[in-house]
Amino acid sequence: MRRLLARALSALQRTSARALCLVLGSVALSLVLAACVVGPPQTMPREPGDAQRVRAALSASFVARGQAGLDRLEQDLAQRLCSEAEAAGKPLSDDRVQAIERENQALIRWPAAGTPLLGDWRSGERIAQSGVGRQWSDAPDVPAGGNCYACHQLSPDEFSYGTLGPSLLRYAVLRAQMPRTELERYTYGRIYNPQAWLACSNMPRFGSHGILTQDQIRDLVALLLAPDSPINR
Amino acid sequence: MPDSRRPVWWAALGGLLALALGTASVVAQSAQETAREIERYREAVADSSPGELWEARGEDLWKMPRGPRNVSLERCDLGQGPGVVAGALARLPRWFADADRVMDLETRLLHCMVTLQGLDPAVLRRQPFGNGEQRSDFEALSAWIAAQSRGMTLAPPLDHPAERAAWRLGRELFFVRGGTHDFACTTCHAQSGRRIRLQELPNLSRPEEARRVLGTWPAYRVSQGEMRTLQWRMNDCFRQQRFPDLVFGSEVSVALVSYLLHNASGAALAAPGVRR
Repeated sequence: MRRLLARALSALQRTSARALCLVLGSVALSLVLAACVVGPPQTMPREPGDAQRVRAALSASFVARGQAGLDRLEQDLAQRLCSEAEAAGKPLSDDRVQAIERENQALIRWPAAGTPLLGDWRSGERIAQSGVGRQWSDAPDVPAGGNCYACHQLSPDEFSYGTLGPSLLRYAVLRAQMPRTELERYTYGRIYNPQAWLACSNMPRFGSHGILTQDQIRDLVALLLAPDSPINR
Repeated sequence: MPDSRRPVWWAALGGLLALALGTASVVAQSAQETAREIERYREAVADSSPGELWEARGEDLWKMPRGPRNVSLERCDLGQGPGVVAGALARLPRWFADADRVMDLETRLLHCMVTLQGLDPAVLRRQPFGNGEQRSDFEALSAWIAAQSRGMTLAPPLDHPAERAAWRLGRELFFVRGGTHDFACTTCHAQSGRRIRLQELPNLSRPEEARRVLGTWPAYRVSQGEMRTLQWRMNDCFRQQRFPDLVFGSEVSVALVSYLLHNASGAALAAPGVRR
């Protein structure tokens, strides 16, 4: 038995990498072909016209309502490239990742020189809890919330948190080795425009898209970084 | 609920309480608790759901002569021939020759109300979703029609090119990011085992998960006290995505419903269901 295994292994080693690729390739190809013939509709291939049909269907299927105008259907570079890559099931090329991150870096607005990046963490907690804002059903003049708890764990006192984003419990404690000024700027920028660091992030670009004000984002930075914030206690 | 199940019920409740008190992992516990509470509610109302009120009104609306032409919907063809309601939901959305487009249940009902009864589509579109005293005929009719497919297997057709095109458009739309928040359907429904707050999110691109949820729509929403249809579900997801208002019965709404129901093909229909 052991000798049989050893012989099989050495036979495998003798096989050149190229031949192995050929075998694997043909197996994969036959799997794809089989899926096309008998598979569920998920395997229906994308066709070049599919993406174009989306634009026409969108503009024919929505109406402006409340504060939500039809301009919200217009995709910017990141929205267009990320949707396209995700529909194709392929990662973005390095060039496109850099183009998105460069464009979004340029959209970040910093508070006036001398303004501390940490605001009031108590106000930050209220912003993190609130999910109102920017829906057609919301009053346009009411300040929007960040709805951070929808996706993240933050304060240990709040059990009702989502898991679409990573836990931010002990955020500052876990980043104690990072120079403080750098950490403050990173945290502010990461909320203001996450795609400046991570193209196609699922997190909204709260500052660049006018969801939260600079002061609201400073309050959230305090919630994440202040030593007496419940997150770091 | 039958009496014989009651002791098991209380034992389970007692067990849960003991578990809840004894565990240190309160967070995971409370998420599971919410899911269990809803499951418990579902069981408790399984034999007499508030949804039955909508079903009863839906049956009346189907049989009642209405509109300028004073006719009932009993000649409405939901795909199985004029007036055939049994099994209709299991084979929708589908392409209809008389309209030359793919329609889901609510879109077809709208078509029948306009072409048979002579009702004004603009007026009908103004009240597609119920809101307390303002009731929706679509929600009542959908509930009754869905109940006539209970226990059947979901198998929407994909034979006509338009049905395949609707599915493919739905798949593209599923990935479209937009609005102020960059949200797409995939933001919440392309991963398994994630939550918003404590609400579990189904991964709707996976057939197993799609089958589990889509076989129960239309559904009675406990938190709203309303019967809700898939057209409502699409509209309200886009509202939360910060998109403009999705038009009832529009191409986008039908394409997404097609994509989701085909992904759920093979589901045992148990609609109207009960949801959070």
